[in-house]
Amino acid sequence: MTDYNFAYLDEQTKRMIRRAILKGVAVPGYQVPFASREMPMPYGWGTGGVQVTAACLTPDDRLKVIDQGADDTTNAVSIRKFFQRTAGVAVTEATADATVIQTRHRIPEHPLTEGQILVYQVPIPEPLRFLEPRETETRKMHSLEEYGLMHVKLYEDIARHGSIATSYAYPVKVEGRYVMDPSPIPKFDNPKLSDNPALQLFGAGREQRIYALPPYTHVVSLDFDDHPFQASKAPHDCDLCGAPDSYLDEVITDDAGSRMFVCSDTDFCRSRREAGHAGRLTMQEAAE
Amino acid sequence: MKMDAITATPLLRVDRLTKRYGPRIGCANVSFDLWPGEVLGIVGESGSGKSTLLSCLAGHLTPDEGQVIFDTAQGPRDVLRMTEPERRRLSRTHWAFVHQNPRDGLRMGVTAGGNVGERLMAIGARHYGGIRDKATDWLGRVEIAAERIDDRPSAFSGGMQQRLQIARNLVTGPRLVFMDEPTGGLDVSVQARLLDLLRGLVREMGLSAIIVTHDLAVVRLLADRLMVMKSGHVVEQGLTDQVLDDPQHPYTQLLVSSVLQV
Repeated sequence: MTDYNFAYLDEQTKRMIRRAILKGVAVPGYQVPFASREMPMPYGWGTGGVQVTAACLTPDDRLKVIDQGADDTTNAVSIRKFFQRTAGVAVTEATADATVIQTRHRIPEHPLTEGQILVYQVPIPEPLRFLEPRETETRKMHSLEEYGLMHVKLYEDIARHGSIATSYAYPVKVEGRYVMDPSPIPKFDNPKLSDNPALQLFGAGREQRIYALPPYTHVVSLDFDDHPFQASKAPHDCDLCGAPDSYLDEVITDDAGSRMFVCSDTDFCRSRREAGHAGRLTMQEAAE
Repeated sequence: MKMDAITATPLLRVDRLTKRYGPRIGCANVSFDLWPGEVLGIVGESGSGKSTLLSCLAGHLTPDEGQVIFDTAQGPRDVLRMTEPERRRLSRTHWAFVHQNPRDGLRMGVTAGGNVGERLMAIGARHYGGIRDKATDWLGRVEIAAERIDDRPSAFSGGMQQRLQIARNLVTGPRLVFMDEPTGGLDVSVQARLLDLLRGLVREMGLSAIIVTHDLAVVRLLADRLMVMKSGHVVEQGLTDQVLDDPQHPYTQLLVSSVLQV
């Protein structure tokens, strides 16, 4: 492709984004404003993540794109295609083989390694937004470390539901300083944010913010002493691969109430099945 | 007033405080001392600068001249020279501000318990049960039934909202409370109950308070000392009963004589 610069964005834009990323890495959890560009896809489809990925990609990279853990859904397919066309980079579905992974709402089950970059798509980067609508005020709260309000939200959860009902976009504190929205990943994934060997970058296109967790950053999910944080998942095993410890999607299979639970991480599920693991449904099928 | 704590320094010393809005005067050359456990009333008609003065004292507005010296744990400090984090910490812990309209002082989308608990969580409380017990206790002290703890303030009457705002402010045991027309917009019987409650709390906790109002009955009940303001200037100050019973300045005489007698 000669019509586009490598990875779509022009070099000056990439430079600007890389500066924001470097600042984000230097101040873990701090939201760095950046001049988000118009991308050839609607807001909410990962324009922030795409820009961060574009600024990180080199021709030698191998890219993996997932949407809710799946490699084969619309969002993942179109972003993967976009970078195949505009950057010509190799793509993969295997988490271990990828050097850059762009993700929407999940952290892959397969442990990440040093040298990998995980790019999150973020709709609303400000964890305090729904409690305090004024941007001037939330910025001040971040700079003065006034995070009592975040606990008011968790208090309200317990008061209304008996336990902390927030199940995704669960607020975390980074290195004892900034409170951060980890993007709408399930809280099941929160423990993986901490001490992760991979570089984690967060891009919010519409809100024009970039933030980052450098490798091996200490990340703590907020909670109360008497209501500690719990990483929750559906209490089942995967019906296809039998995995007891992966995050599950519930899929309704007919109108008579049957349902199945499957790994939301399609690559993880497939590789387990290829290795000979089987779940409830695969065993039933084999028996028939 | 508690007499056991004999202190040499006033809790708050205000020195020639001036705030101008362009060529107009908000308040000019206001000086006074507030002693621990004392309640100071500020009265005056609309536009006399009493709310401007209160906002300057509480740090919501920046005055043009003067000093506001507060007796902090580390000794007297000029509040206006403090850094913003220091001032905000002070206003979360040792100070409280009761707004005229409870909607300004409450989070309307958060339950009563959450409203009371916010200041506790802001200063580091992280035990849900403890926060809840304290919130229940305080709702009781402002005469709100404990079973309303999980209702939002929008489901409360005006008087209850105002009492909730007071509970939310006093839960961290502040030493100085600023009140801007705390009984404004309430009907007389609710006003009377609220005043009764406030008087009890102020005496019981040994609070110092600065109350801005245009209602002379409120200051008669609550305030130890009274300051009368007109056009941004303090025209008269003294003991409440003395000022109200024997007003010296013509404006104060007018003010006292214009109270409706039933």
